[in-house]
Amino acid sequence: MILGKSEIALIGAAVAIALASLVVPNWLVFTATLAISTALVVMGVVMLMRAGLVSFGQGLFYCLGGYAVGLGGRYLGITDALLLIVLGVAVTVGVAMILGLLVTRYREIFFAMLSLAFSMILYGLLVKSHGLGSTDGFGVVDWTILGFSPGSGESSSRTALLLALGLALGIALFLNRYFRSSLGLACEAIRENEVRVEYMGVSRKQVLYINYVIAAAVGSIGGSMTALAAGHVDPTMAYWTISGEFVFIAILGGTGHVAAPFIAALIFTLVRTYAIELAPNAWQMILGIVLLLIILFLPKGIWSLFTRKKGVAS
Amino acid sequence: MKNSNQRPIWQKTLLGTATSVAMASVGVMGMAATASAEESFKLGFVTFLSGGASGPFGVPAAQGAEIVIKAINEGSLPAPYNTKGVNGLTLESVVVDEAGGPTKQVEEYRNLVQRQDVDAVIGYISSGDCLAIGPVAEEMKMFTIAFDCGTSRLFQEIEDPQYMFRTGLDAVADNVGAARYLAETRPDAVRIAGIQQNYAWGQDSWQDFTLAMAQLMPEAEIVNNQTPQLFQGSYSTEISALQTQRPDIVHSSMWGGDMESFTAQANVRGLLSQATAILTTGESGLHRFDGQAPNGTILGGRGPFGGFMPENDLSEWFTKAYVAEHGTPPSYPASKAAQAVLALKFAADSSGAEGVPSSEQLAAALKGAEFESVSGTVRMALAGGHQALQPMSYGEYHFENGEAELRNVRSYSGECVSAPDGYNAQQWIKEGFPGVDCN
Amino acid sequence: MLTVWAILIDGFIYASWLFLVAAGLTVIYGVMRILNMAHGSLYALGAYAAASALGWYYSGGGENLAMAFAIIAASAILIGALTGLAIERGILKLMYGRDEILMLLITFAVLLILEDVMKLIWGTTPYFAYQPYAALGRINIDVLTVSRYDLLVLVVSVVIGVGLWFWLERTKIGKILRSIIHDREVSEAMGVNVRRMFTITFMIGATLGAIAGGITAPIISVVPGLGIEVIVLAFAVVVTGGLGSITGAAVGAVIVGLARATSIHTMPELELFIIYAVMAGVLIFRPHGLFGQVIARKI
Repeated sequence: MILGKSEIALIGAAVAIALASLVVPNWLVFTATLAISTALVVMGVVMLMRAGLVSFGQGLFYCLGGYAVGLGGRYLGITDALLLIVLGVAVTVGVAMILGLLVTRYREIFFAMLSLAFSMILYGLLVKSHGLGSTDGFGVVDWTILGFSPGSGESSSRTALLLALGLALGIALFLNRYFRSSLGLACEAIRENEVRVEYMGVSRKQVLYINYVIAAAVGSIGGSMTALAAGHVDPTMAYWTISGEFVFIAILGGTGHVAAPFIAALIFTLVRTYAIELAPNAWQMILGIVLLLIILFLPKGIWSLFTRKKGVAS
Repeated sequence: MKNSNQRPIWQKTLLGTATSVAMASVGVMGMAATASAEESFKLGFVTFLSGGASGPFGVPAAQGAEIVIKAINEGSLPAPYNTKGVNGLTLESVVVDEAGGPTKQVEEYRNLVQRQDVDAVIGYISSGDCLAIGPVAEEMKMFTIAFDCGTSRLFQEIEDPQYMFRTGLDAVADNVGAARYLAETRPDAVRIAGIQQNYAWGQDSWQDFTLAMAQLMPEAEIVNNQTPQLFQGSYSTEISALQTQRPDIVHSSMWGGDMESFTAQANVRGLLSQATAILTTGESGLHRFDGQAPNGTILGGRGPFGGFMPENDLSEWFTKAYVAEHGTPPSYPASKAAQAVLALKFAADSSGAEGVPSSEQLAAALKGAEFESVSGTVRMALAGGHQALQPMSYGEYHFENGEAELRNVRSYSGECVSAPDGYNAQQWIKEGFPGVDCN
Repeated sequence: MLTVWAILIDGFIYASWLFLVAAGLTVIYGVMRILNMAHGSLYALGAYAAASALGWYYSGGGENLAMAFAIIAASAILIGALTGLAIERGILKLMYGRDEILMLLITFAVLLILEDVMKLIWGTTPYFAYQPYAALGRINIDVLTVSRYDLLVLVVSVVIGVGLWFWLERTKIGKILRSIIHDREVSEAMGVNVRRMFTITFMIGATLGAIAGGITAPIISVVPGLGIEVIVLAFAVVVTGGLGSITGAAVGAVIVGLARATSIHTMPELELFIIYAVMAGVLIFRPHGLFGQVIARKI
C-alpha cells in the first residue's frame, strides 16, 4: 500500500496529538477526546453534504451509538470498549439501512426535516422510557479495552483519547480514499447534477444509500466514543439542537478535506469553552458572531485557509 | 501548477504543527493561571444562566449564593458564621452556565477542576447533570455540593460516595409530603389528576406521588395525567382534557414559568374553581402570582426554603439582604443555594486545615455533620452522611390586599418523608413506609 | 361526544396559534428561499416587547382593555419591523447569493446573537403580563370552558391569513412577489427591484413572527429560550403544508392542531411524537408537503 501525501500528514498529525497528550493538562485531553468524537459525527454530515444532502438528524446515529454503549454495558454485561462500539455500529447500520430506503429519496429541506423527524422520534421514545432514566439518562459502566482496564483518573482519559485517535485515524484514512473512489466521486456528481449521473449509468439511489449508511456508522462511532469518555448517556444526544451543532461544525470546517471536521470541532469546542468562561452570560452571542465572521470571510470553511491559493491557481 | 500542488503539503504540515502548538499553548495558559491561587479559596458555581430554567431557578440561585459569598468575605453573617472568609481565606467564585446537557457539563466540570483549578464546586439544578457529575466528582476527588437537583438516583448510582454531597432533599420527599398534606387537609378528595412536564422530573414526581397516594389515600382514584412538553407555555388543550375528567385535585410538579403559566391559565379557564391545585414547586411563584392563583392553592417549596424558611437569625438576615439587593423576598432556589454555600463555609471552618482545605478535609468535615442554615439546623443524615435530612413543608396560598402569604402550613419531619438509607425510595413507599417517623 | 367537541375546539385554537407562528416563516421562505431559524427569536422579541410594554402600562394604573391590545399590536409591530430591517440590511444583504444551507446557518447565528441580546435587555426573570387574558374571562360550555382570549387569537389568525392571501393575490406588490417566487431572474430582467422586495418581505415576515409572540405574551410567562421551543414546531407545520404556501401553512396548522388535540384527549402519552409523526407521514406520501411546488430537477 502506498501512502498518499494526505495520509502521511494525517498519520503525522495523529502521532503528534498522541505525543502531545502526554504533556498537555488533563482537561485538554478530555476536551480533545470529545472534539474528536464530535468530529466523527460531523464527518458523517460532511459525507452527506458532499452528495448535496444536509442532515438535521445526525443526532439519531450519535445517540444510537451512545445508547448502545450504555445499554450494552448495563444489560449485556459487555465491558470491552471495542465490542461496545461494534455493537453500536451494528445497531446503527441496521436502522440506517431501513431509514435509508426512505430518506434518500428526498432532497434539500425535505431531507433535512425528515431526518430531523426520525431523530426526534427516537428522542421521544427515550424520554418516554422511564426505566432508562428518561431525560436524566444513566451512567456508562467502567470499560476495558482488549482486557486492559484503564482505571480511573488521568490514565483513563488518556486511554480514551488514544482510542478515539486510533479510530479517527482509521476512519479518516478510509474516508480519504473513499472520497476519491468512484462511489465518493459519484456523490459529488450527484450534488452537481443528479440527472446526468443517471445518464452515465450510475444508480444515484444506490450511491446515496450506501453513502447514507456509511455516514450513519461513522456517526455511531462518534456517539459511542462520547459515551465512553463522558461516562453518561441521555436523550439530549438525539435532540435537534445537537444535530444542528454538527451541521454548524461541518460548515465551519468545510467539505474540502477529511481533516477539516477535526480542526473545526476542536476550534468550536475551544471557542465555546473559553466563551463560557469569559462571558458566562453572552457566550451564545460570541459563538454567533464567530460563525457569522467565518461565513462572511471564509465561505468554504476554515479549510479554505489552507487551499485558497490552490483555488486561484487552477 | 507545480507550485500550487506543493503548497498544500507544507501547509498541511504547518497545520499539524499549528494545531499542536495551539494545544500546547492553551495548556501553558492553563498552567500559568493556576500559579497565583494562594490566599483565596476558589469556588466553581454552576447554575442555569440561559434557557427556561435560568429565570425562576438559575439566576435567583446565583444571586442567593452571591449575597452569602459577599457577606462571608465581609464577615457580616450572623453567628455561627461571623468569621471573615472560609477558614480565613477570601472566597472567590467562578460562575458557569449549566445549559447544554450532561455531556457538556462533564466537560465544563473538568475545565473547572483542571483548568480553573477550583477548590470546590457547588451547583446543578438539573437531575441529569447531577447524575453525570456524581461519578466524575468521585473520580476527580473534588469536593462537590449539589444544591438543588432532585433525583433520588443520585446516591444510588454512586457506590460509597466520598466527595459528592447534596444539601437538600430529593424529589421523593416533595411528593410523599404532598400526599401527606392532602390526606390531612383534603381527606374527602376522590378524583385525582395530574399535569407534569414531559421529562424525567415530571415522570418521577408523578410516579412517587401516585405510589404515595395509593398508601395514604387508597380511596382516591387517579383519573388523568397530562404530560405537556417542557417550556410549552400554553396549556389550553391540556386544561380542557383535565376539565372533561372533573378532578377534585390537580397535582403538578411543573416549575418556573411553566408552572406560573399553567396556574394562570387554569384559573381563568375555571379549572381551579372546580379542583384544588397542589404545586410541588409552587413556592417560587409565591411573590409572583399576584393573585393569579386562587386562594387555597397548595404550594410546596422543596423543603423549608423560601417562604417556608423558619424564623432564625440566618433566615432573617438572608431575607433582609436579598430584599435589599433584589427588591423581592428570596424564593426557594435562592435559599437552597445559600444553604450550600453555608455548608461549604461550615466544612471549611471546621476542617482544621491550615490554608486551603483539601477536598478530603472538607468532605470529612461535612460528612454526617449538623450545621446551621437559613432552613434551620441541617443534619447530613442520609446517603451515609452525604445528603441532608430535612423537613418538608406545604401550605396554602392566600392573596389579600396585594400581599401574598402562606396559611395552614404543615411540616413533616425528614424521617416522615424520606426513605431511610438502604431503601430504594419507590420500594419504601410501596411497602408502606417502613421505619417512618412522623412526629 | 363531549370529547369530540373538546378536540375540535382545542384543535382549532391551537391551529390558529400555530398558523400565526408559521405564517412569517413561510412568507420569507416563499419569496427569499431563506429558511429563517431566527424566526423563533422574533417571536420571543415580540413577546418580550409586548409583555414589558403591558407591564409598564398596567403598573402605571392603566385599565383600558382596548388600549392594552393597541399596546400589544404597536410594540410587536414596531420591534418586529425594526429588527427585521436591521437583520436584512445589516447581515443578510451581505450574504445573498450564498447556498441555501449557508443562509440557514447565517440565520442560526442571528438566533444565537438575538438570544443573548434579549437576555441582556430583559434579564432572565419571567415576564408575566396576564391582565388582558384574565380580563376577557371565559365562556362555559357544559363542563368545558373556553378562554375568550384564545378565541380572539383565532380571529386574529384568520384575519392575518386572509389579509396575507389578499396581499399576495390581489395587490400589485403581491403580484411582483409572486413573479419573484416563480422566476427570480426573469422578474429581475423585467425591471423588478428584487433587493427592495426582499427587504419588504423580510420585514413583513419578521413582523408576523413578532405579532405571534406579542399576542401570545399575555397567555404565557415570557422566559429566555422561548424562541428555540417554537422554531421546530413552526418548521414542522410549514414543511407539512408545503414550503412557501400560505394555504399550506394554514392546512398544515389545522392538521397538526387536530392531531395534537386528539392525542392529548385520548392518549396523552403520545403527544411528544404526534407532530413529527404527522410530518413524516405527510412527507412519505407527498414528498414536497401538501401544497408544495415540485421544482424541476436541473439537467
